[in-house]
Amino acid sequence: MQVFNTLLRRELGIYFGSLNGYVIVSTALLLVGVCFSDLVMRLNMEPTDMTLTEMFFSSWYFWLIMLLSAPLITMRSFASEKSSNTYETLMTTPVTDIQVLMSKFCGALSFHAIIWLPVMLSMLILRFYVNDAKVVNIPSVFTTYFAILLVGALYMAIGCFSSSITRSQIVAGMISFTLGMGIFMLSYKALYIMPDTGPMLQLLTKLSLADYMNDSSRAILDTRPLIFIGSLTFFFLFATYHILQWRRWR
Amino acid sequence: MGQDNKDLMIEVKGLTKRYGNFIAISNLNFSVKRGEIVGLLGPNGAGKSTTLRILSTFMAATSGTARVAGFDIFDQSEEVRKRIGYMPENNPLYTDMRVRDYLKFRARLKGLGIKESRERADTVMNECDLTDVYRKMIGQLSLGYRQRVGLADALVSDPELIILDEPTLGLDPNQIRAVRQLIKNLGTKHTVLISSHILHEVEMTCKRVVILNQGKILASDDTSHLQSIMGQAARIVAEIKAPLEELKSAWKDFKGVAAVDISAASGDFYRCVLSFGAEASDPREQIYEMAKENHWGLRELTMQRPSLEDVFVYLTRSQEEEEEEEEE
Repeated sequence: MQVFNTLLRRELGIYFGSLNGYVIVSTALLLVGVCFSDLVMRLNMEPTDMTLTEMFFSSWYFWLIMLLSAPLITMRSFASEKSSNTYETLMTTPVTDIQVLMSKFCGALSFHAIIWLPVMLSMLILRFYVNDAKVVNIPSVFTTYFAILLVGALYMAIGCFSSSITRSQIVAGMISFTLGMGIFMLSYKALYIMPDTGPMLQLLTKLSLADYMNDSSRAILDTRPLIFIGSLTFFFLFATYHILQWRRWR
Repeated sequence: MGQDNKDLMIEVKGLTKRYGNFIAISNLNFSVKRGEIVGLLGPNGAGKSTTLRILSTFMAATSGTARVAGFDIFDQSEEVRKRIGYMPENNPLYTDMRVRDYLKFRARLKGLGIKESRERADTVMNECDLTDVYRKMIGQLSLGYRQRVGLADALVSDPELIILDEPTLGLDPNQIRAVRQLIKNLGTKHTVLISSHILHEVEMTCKRVVILNQGKILASDDTSHLQSIMGQAARIVAEIKAPLEELKSAWKDFKGVAAVDISAASGDFYRCVLSFGAEASDPREQIYEMAKENHWGLRELTMQRPSLEDVFVYLTRSQEEEEEEEEE
């Protein structure tokens, strides 16, 4: 555990000890702020039966931040270690591949959690001023945050995987963005591109991340998408682990 | 623990590494005793870094085995990594960390406790003369200081074996001297394996040398023994003021002279370069006595042992000749 904790502290130190981390956080917060004020203006202009969390997570702002921030957070994880050769000094200490992988994944996920924390706090602040459960439903704030962490875990795993297969951070970021976008687009394929009802539509609906976020923002916790996202996260981490192992065999 | 021979720190048997069709190292066999400073010598691309990377468990060999401190580098790689301090070529470091924090971080990774890692970081900073820069970011340090940080990192867990890949690469002459002295000092407590393509460096720091070329071991022996491989113990240079014919006949009668080359030097002196057989003892005293008896002037009398560079050129040339013969 000592090695894992040391590596995790180092990972978090990279995010908060450099400008990169603050740039990602401030960009994400700027977009959230713009989105939030936009939604509050819409609430003032026209009546709606949706809660604020529901409105926020069905907006394109949320997915823009999610899809852009994940590659930015994870692209350096393995690629920069490989390009600067510090990977060699790291892997010749008594650490295991799984400790290195999990520390990088957990470090990225923790940073992701920190990025989204102010959004949740702003929801709670609004609830304090509005005092209307129809606008901001407190349980839905928590289920939404949980869903953000879960979807974030999937995107961080994709990011770690992408970073492990190349020495270039830019290439890692592009692969991560493409894979993340591909999985996200499945949701919209189900909603817009395949209007007919059939087994394919049913399957795509089950794989829809957007639907899962919408459900969570209504305080609905469904185990099916939870298992799906969890399995996909595990799959990418497992693939990354084997790529790290492969190094010894080249 | 699976230790076969407690005196051996490194035991390499039939180690081969292939990258596709390219053979980086081929059937290497050598061993390093505990407490030795051994140099892995060879030109660029000889397979030195590949050998060190395999021994430090960073990559696997295609075939063959190696044991470090009695542990198999593949099956017991974690045990091996607990016992080594490794500084790779070009010394990669986390440039965004401060020197002391970096050393503490590395000590923690190598399994030291919080208090112990702090103490060891301070100790190695003293040993490597880093106390002046302990709060500086590694990225802001000069190359010489960075190299010392790399060395301090290799030492921080007080490992049994220290592996250094080209430790003086890119340093200025003063820094090179300081690093060499540091490596020599390490030899009193640790086993050290260093790689270098600079022959003089290996000659200065190592007791034993393994010469690699094109992935094969050309020789593995004490540096002094290797010098006798060339079949001559020493070369004597003497500048003597004497009649040329008398000088020639004197060398003809002199015991042990294998070859002599006489050339005119300034002020009626002759420069005599004398080669002696491998079994000959130091003849300088006899040469002095001979000059004194004949009332000849003597203004220089020096012994030139063949350098490791001569040995290296001799061995690599022999290998090339052998290969050419095989092709024919």
